[in-house]
Amino acid sequence: MSKPLKYNPRAALVDIYPPAKDNTAQCTHELDTQIVTAVDKQVAEQEENVCIRVENLLFERWFIPVFESLNFSVKAGETLLVRGTNGSGKTTLLRLLAGILDPTEGRIHLPELPVAWLGHKLGIKDSLSVRENLQFMARFHNMQPTDKLINETISQLDLERVAEQDAGSLSAGQRKRCALGALLFQSEAIWLLDEPYSNLDDNGMKVVDRLLTLHQQNGGITILATHGALTPQSLEVRELIVLGYQDSERYRESLA
Amino acid sequence: MSAFISLLKRDLLLAVRSRAEVLQPLFFLLVVVSLFPLGLGPGPALLARIAAGVIWIAALLASTLSLDGLFRADFDDGSLEQFLTSGHSLSLLVLAKIIAHWLTTGLPIVLFSPLLAVWLNLPREALPVLVKSLLLGTPVFSLIGAIGAALTVGLRQGGQLLALLIFPLLIPVLILATGAVSAATDNIGSSAYLLWMAAYAVLMLTLAPFACAASLRISLS
Amino acid sequence: MNPVMKFIHKTGSPAYFYWLSGRMIPWLWAIFAVLTIWGMYQAFFVAPTDYQQGESYRIIYIHVPAAWMSMMIYILMAIFGAIGLIWRIRIAEIFAVSSAPIGAAFALIALITGSIWGKPTWGTYWVWDARLTSQLVLFFLYLGVMGLHSAIDEPRKAARAAALLALVGVVNLPIIHFSVDWWNTLHQGTTVKIGGGSKMPNSMLIPLLVMAIATKFYYGAALLTRARNRLLDQDRRRGWVAKKIKEDQL
Repeated sequence: MSKPLKYNPRAALVDIYPPAKDNTAQCTHELDTQIVTAVDKQVAEQEENVCIRVENLLFERWFIPVFESLNFSVKAGETLLVRGTNGSGKTTLLRLLAGILDPTEGRIHLPELPVAWLGHKLGIKDSLSVRENLQFMARFHNMQPTDKLINETISQLDLERVAEQDAGSLSAGQRKRCALGALLFQSEAIWLLDEPYSNLDDNGMKVVDRLLTLHQQNGGITILATHGALTPQSLEVRELIVLGYQDSERYRESLA
Repeated sequence: MSAFISLLKRDLLLAVRSRAEVLQPLFFLLVVVSLFPLGLGPGPALLARIAAGVIWIAALLASTLSLDGLFRADFDDGSLEQFLTSGHSLSLLVLAKIIAHWLTTGLPIVLFSPLLAVWLNLPREALPVLVKSLLLGTPVFSLIGAIGAALTVGLRQGGQLLALLIFPLLIPVLILATGAVSAATDNIGSSAYLLWMAAYAVLMLTLAPFACAASLRISLS
Repeated sequence: MNPVMKFIHKTGSPAYFYWLSGRMIPWLWAIFAVLTIWGMYQAFFVAPTDYQQGESYRIIYIHVPAAWMSMMIYILMAIFGAIGLIWRIRIAEIFAVSSAPIGAAFALIALITGSIWGKPTWGTYWVWDARLTSQLVLFFLYLGVMGLHSAIDEPRKAARAAALLALVGVVNLPIIHFSVDWWNTLHQGTTVKIGGGSKMPNSMLIPLLVMAIATKFYYGAALLTRARNRLLDQDRRRGWVAKKIKEDQL
């Protein structure tokens, strides 16, 4: 199942962004050691290349479940769109997968790949310019921040005009684009994106779609959460609808 | 390792960009120390006797003031989440931040201490010991203080709580450091104190980054 | 899972803990009461008068057990905290958090009785004696743990943060004690130590030991009572509590 990994269709970029590691091989390897019950093994045989598996996931805050008994799996090269109403726990689910939160009960099996997390807080510094922010991100993710790499990244994000400006002086959408740059330095990672389309204009949303398509072509996994109509346009996605505990029958009973 | 160095560089660059924040604790230190002669009278003998204690307590207050902001900016803008999910050792990244903090607040205190010693009429033979004790003690402020800062980072009244958490833990540094200076003033050997301080600094250098990383994980959850 | 962990997990299940602690608490209170009444009677009416300090020494029967307990509870709090942090056992987190106010109360009692004892002995209510100073620092450490716990809203996050701070404190505790002792010998000569010489007649010593044991039962009873209430409060929306209420109504 391992296909040749080209990170970017634009030939010039291949030597700039080093090709991602072969994620698919790692995924299948991981499964052999992680699957615990016989039932799971059957499921695993049916679903080839299962890479992430979430079993009976329960997370509580203030001793009230945010969601409970959540089960799903994600295959290599899949883009999973997590949908749900406000308060259904989309962000919580992503934060659990990112390892920021620990599950109250249940298990999350992740392959030994890094994760790239982009939440509501963007992780960029207002007093540094776009270029300096990207240089830091590149170095932080073990890449040489050569001018070629940074310039190419800036043009991928359509930020040429504001490249030398302090991030604090940019609009929310431009800041978001700058933060998306971190993903380009983490091509081998599992991407976990919380509302990646928020604050972006049409052009910016196309940037996100372009990044997602590239990642999918590389066999990379993306899990993104969105509450509304903003969904990937140009690529194949699978939807996961999270039913929060607040929406459940049991919660309504407990209130009565 | 490249993540460690890049973070250290970034923090130093940010400190250069916002000089006011770096200089404020230092000005605070100078103002606090100058209050003591004004409050206690300018008698040289009295000042010489209390000099080491005053400088050390002022340094403690100034460090605490700056420690409150150690993780706050990174917490607010999401950088900490990036550190946590990056796959790099969080303890190592925390250590980079602590080193940057010491270079921007601890080291200036050490460099300014001769001036303070002159103000407070500290005997000249005790000055090298004061500087040495600050060199060994201020890193411990940054290390232990970072644990407190990590535990209080997301909280509203973080600053006051931070002082409550770390002051009791910093008592050994205070005792050993002022002990060293007064031993030097009395012309008895001060090396025992300084060696103990060095041992304590090494112990904290070993343990604090782990405690700090664990604290950040809790604060981010 | 090994048998020890199995036992911990079983005892840690809220419904079982609630039942078990409910059975234990009355016994703990009863043993505490019996030991205290006997110990206090011995301390105030039977034990001989000290030839040096007169009657004022009798406060050690409260002061010394309280000081011991404040130290022991801090260490236990850190151990419970470590168990809670490592194995994510909720009942251990609750024990750690519930220990703090009890330990702080003991530390405060030790400070107050120490001051009262200081008046006739040293002629002043407060002397920067090594033991009293250490006790004061320990009290501050408790205040830190309690302050941090109350500053964080989410209960489990608060418990874990407080547990971690207790662990950091317990590592530093010996160093603080040692440095305070050193500081004390530097700055003043030896003072009369609370507890006097090492040789105590049995008639003085036995009530002290009895009181030391009694305070441990007090801690057990108070800890379980607090933990039980906290558990009930946290789980008020859970099934087992509703079931319990129904059972009690029948």
